[in-house]
Amino acid sequence: MSEYTFAYLDEQTKRMIRRALLKAVAIPGYQVPFASREMPMPYGWGTGGVQVTAACLVPDDVLKVIDQGADDTTNAVSIRKFFQRTAGVATTEATAVATIIQTRHRIPETPLTDGQILVYQVPIPEPLRFLEPRETETRKMHALQDYGLMHVKLYEDIARHGEIATAYAYPVAVEGRYVMDPSPIPKFDNPKLSDSPALQLFGAGREQRIYALPPYTRVVSLDFEDYPFAPTKAAQNCALCGASESYLDEVIIDDAGGRMYVCSDTDYCATRRGLGHRGAEG
Amino acid sequence: MTQVVQAEAGDLSIFAKKKYPLLQVKGLTKRYGARIGCADVSFELWPGEVMGIVGESGSGKSTLLSCLAGHLAPDAGAVIFETGAGPRDTVTMPEAERRMLGRTDWAFVHQNPRDGLRMGVSAGGNVGERLMAVGARNYGTIRTAALDWMARVEIAADRVDDRPAAFSGGMQQRLQIARNLVTGPRLVFMDEPTGGLDVSVQARLLDLLRGLVRRMGLSAIIVTHDLAVVRLLADRLMVMKSGLVVESGLTDQVLDDPQHVYTQLLVSSVLQV
Ligand SMILES: Nc1ncnc2c1ncn2[C@@H]1O[C@H](COP(=O)(O)OP(=O)(O)OP(=O)(O)O)[C@@H](O)[C@H]1O
Ligand SMILES: [Mg+2]
Repeated sequence: MSEYTFAYLDEQTKRMIRRALLKAVAIPGYQVPFASREMPMPYGWGTGGVQVTAACLVPDDVLKVIDQGADDTTNAVSIRKFFQRTAGVATTEATAVATIIQTRHRIPETPLTDGQILVYQVPIPEPLRFLEPRETETRKMHALQDYGLMHVKLYEDIARHGEIATAYAYPVAVEGRYVMDPSPIPKFDNPKLSDSPALQLFGAGREQRIYALPPYTRVVSLDFEDYPFAPTKAAQNCALCGASESYLDEVIIDDAGGRMYVCSDTDYCATRRGLGHRGAEG
Repeated sequence: MTQVVQAEAGDLSIFAKKKYPLLQVKGLTKRYGARIGCADVSFELWPGEVMGIVGESGSGKSTLLSCLAGHLAPDAGAVIFETGAGPRDTVTMPEAERRMLGRTDWAFVHQNPRDGLRMGVSAGGNVGERLMAVGARNYGTIRTAALDWMARVEIAADRVDDRPAAFSGGMQQRLQIARNLVTGPRLVFMDEPTGGLDVSVQARLLDLLRGLVRRMGLSAIIVTHDLAVVRLLADRLMVMKSGLVVESGLTDQVLDDPQHVYTQLLVSSVLQV
């Protein structure tokens, strides 16, 4: 523990990241460049999220880390251990108890509350990248709110698939101003982005960008009048806890192609079962 | 000065149109270091008028057009456009407004369709982009408009979901024109719109362009080194040499009775071909 500064990063670096975070909070949805540091883990493992978390942590924080909704996957476990070791903070799997939640690809099912911070790991922060590879141009498009291209992407979806097939990283407009990539969360989670009491912070390590949604920010998923946004999920109920309103993962359970649908949010599922809820296989 | 005034009897707006040119260019100059791109160019363009710009390679045609369309910042001069809300100098207006002009009242047709199309996006998406950029949010309406414009530039409806990479050069150029005209611009800039196409394809494209320009009452500025294009499309003509306008006037007058030595050379060299 004593070999490290609190939460691994030196104070100078944390200050730099906090300045970027403050700017990001001041301009919701705007991508703030920051000098991303090398972290003792590979890109793609959430180095952006880890740096944001490190800059926000205080000794009495309670940290939760999830990967695709689960607390027990390798990625989540190693990031949790990293902060246990370098910051000595308490950790939890319970969404309601956590003060900071670092996440990859999900928003917890349990509604977030006042004072909580949700930190997203972001692989590609630029929602316009798909159609406009030039950074100079995308920056200008954001500055001038020149967002026709975002709808071209959705148009192409409908033309090709008969519906808006984008299921993850579904683009949103923040307070009617900046268009933002919510990271690869399922579009099912998009409504939870809007008007949340929690502070939502996004960190992209490789791409060196930080952006944010302050509490109670209005976030709208882009769509067409005749193809309105629909937050879809599998039609089933969770096989373990019977939940009908939570996002489900399809799990292959045997060599014969057998499958079942279970909550992707493991804490949500376990909490429900603790309360006596049961699904078909539970 | 020829002027195609298209208005119903009793439409008073023609008086307003008569009073103000659509575009007033004053002393426009662009240098590349010590080299002159174009120098001290001044002219007026009236609603419904098509202006041709001809001149040899390197005479400054593309530079001038880019400055007019706001793609290049000139070193001096004014480009005053009659917006719906009065004349504005587009050189000094904020970039956000200039961009808005660029996707509403103005259109730009590049010589190379690859510069003016999104090659990774379907034909329909290419045509629909400008509509979406100005706020169209109904897929059905956008698609109908795209199909309508593809028909107008003679591209079969069943190609609407194909990417431009699968199109011939002529089709790509027609698609670029559709993509530009779909929002009903008032002023179209074209840089060698028929360049790089073989002769029969050029003729068809010219025919199409002429039809569209006449029917929509478009004002246009067309850069070309092809005098046939000018004869067919342009009401007026400017001849450039070494960055300067050396002669200008009605197209037929300039071509049939060229005054400047360089224009005489240009016209006679074409006639020999
Ligand atoms: N980006 C640039 N940097 C430096 N010089 C340039 C640049 N672009 C053009 N020029 C120079 O400016 C002059 C005018 O060029 P421009 O491209 O406008 O000519 P043009 O009439 O369009 O020629 P062409 O018929 O070959 O297209 C030429 O001397 C050219 O070399
Ligand atoms: Mg040129």
